Amino acid sequence: METPADPAALKPAVSCIKTDSAGKPYLEGHKCSACGEVFMETRRGCPKCFAVGTLSPVKLSDKGKLYNWTVVYRNFPGVPVPFVSAIVDLEGGGTLKGNLIEVEPDPAKLKFDMPVKVVFGDAGRTDKAGNHYLAYFFAPEAA
Amino acid sequence: MSDVYVVGTDMIKFGRFPDRKVEDIGAEAALLALADAGLTIGDMQAVYSGNLGQAGAGVGQRILRQIGQTGVPVVNVANACATGATAFREGWMAIKAGVYDMVLAVGCEQMGKGLLGGAGGGDGISTEGLLGSGTMPSVFAHVGLEHARSYGTTFEQFAKVSVKNHHHSTLNPKAMYQIETPLEEVMGAEMISYPNTKLMCSVNVDGSAAAVLCSEKKARELGLLGRAVRVRASALASDPYTQHNLAAMDFNAVTKLAAKTAYEMAGLGPDEVDLIELHDCFATAEIVHYENLGLCGPGGAGRMIDTGETNLGGRIPVNVSGGLLSKGHPLGATGIANIYEITTHLRGEAGKRQVEGARIGLTHVVGAGSACAVHILEKV
Ligand SMILES: [Zn+2]
Repeated sequence: METPADPAALKPAVSCIKTDSAGKPYLEGHKCSACGEVFMETRRGCPKCFAVGTLSPVKLSDKGKLYNWTVVYRNFPGVPVPFVSAIVDLEGGGTLKGNLIEVEPDPAKLKFDMPVKVVFGDAGRTDKAGNHYLAYFFAPEAA
Repeated sequence: MSDVYVVGTDMIKFGRFPDRKVEDIGAEAALLALADAGLTIGDMQAVYSGNLGQAGAGVGQRILRQIGQTGVPVVNVANACATGATAFREGWMAIKAGVYDMVLAVGCEQMGKGLLGGAGGGDGISTEGLLGSGTMPSVFAHVGLEHARSYGTTFEQFAKVSVKNHHHSTLNPKAMYQIETPLEEVMGAEMISYPNTKLMCSVNVDGSAAAVLCSEKKARELGLLGRAVRVRASALASDPYTQHNLAAMDFNAVTKLAAKTAYEMAGLGPDEVDLIELHDCFATAEIVHYENLGLCGPGGAGRMIDTGETNLGGRIPVNVSGGLLSKGHPLGATGIANIYEITTHLRGEAGKRQVEGARIGLTHVVGAGSACAVHILEKV
């Protein structure tokens, strides 16, 4: 998945995808100043420690580990299968689900805790108006 | 506070009824449960109706238009896959509180075929298959592989759950299917989301189930205690925060919480339970719930399925009805159908699938979002 020439020109597929001043995409989380937990969306109160108004945006690491996975063989019409649905724990906090790419979608090839990196690219699907979107993906990190 | 009893309960044979109205499906079970108790809708002081697909469309009132518009309060309940159990629990609470002596809980659902779930949240485009998968088979594949991550649970062990529950369903005339599925057939079926094959996914069916709940005083007065079953515990939990909960639904913490509450309320432990109907929406789910419900220690579930401890005739039979995997899973009806199954065993009326000498039974449902209900029932 190539990083597009101008990712800032694409709409983010989800709100945690941001671009820095140089136009480079990154993932944004929201960290609770009371308990330190990181969430992918902002909230009025902290789901973990119940403190209110303690979450603030934080730039997340582009490295993490594969916490969990499945290979999806059947999905809705139009969704290419098979693909790997992955749950990744980012270094320093933040847990999110995404597609793991650049790996054979074969249960025998997937290892818990394998190091992965976050990459960005065109979502490969458009809205009704034909707009393109920027998505995040996970890819195996060369050991 | 009064003890609460189930004095009548029944379910229809689950199936596909695209030509019927959902309230007709619900009305059938309501009348069966009332007849089982020897009562009529005129005896009910309130109705708690569980339905998910048409939540907001007054299914409870529509059922009363089919069986009698008595004017009693109707509460329509929607709570994911815990919908039916939550309706039952609302009725239990009202009697516990002393507001009513006799109420009807009814759950019904008309389902389509195909995949449930799918990731939403995308701003303008669907994120399903783009940012992982949120279909129910995938969500529960993740649940299973999280167990595999900790304990090395195998594809074959998950598949054995399906072999067992399909076998049990051959003994249950009210199950959607009565078909044996040998291990090689389960493992060789179309892979949906690894490790869940098609035969390891619950069946989307239409169905209904109902129960009449009654206070001790009223049950005694009407002479209904003979076939009654006591509700020893009713517990409901929402998902407490866990690290992976917001990325991958966590059905473990919520089940552990509801189970702990229920065991404490009943004043007993899992060792005293004789049979269990638990939420096997996917084969992977049943494995993790052995541990969540305390049937074994952490990591013991694989051994339990390997040694047949949860088979009919085993140490603690699980899902002798055939479970959601083969009896079927009409969302709003499932929780009350579990109550029917356990009650039938405690009454000694379960025929070929009877768990001999059953005195205590437990029901468990857990829905995405998350909601978990656990009930413990006791033979009177
Ligand atoms: Zn916090």
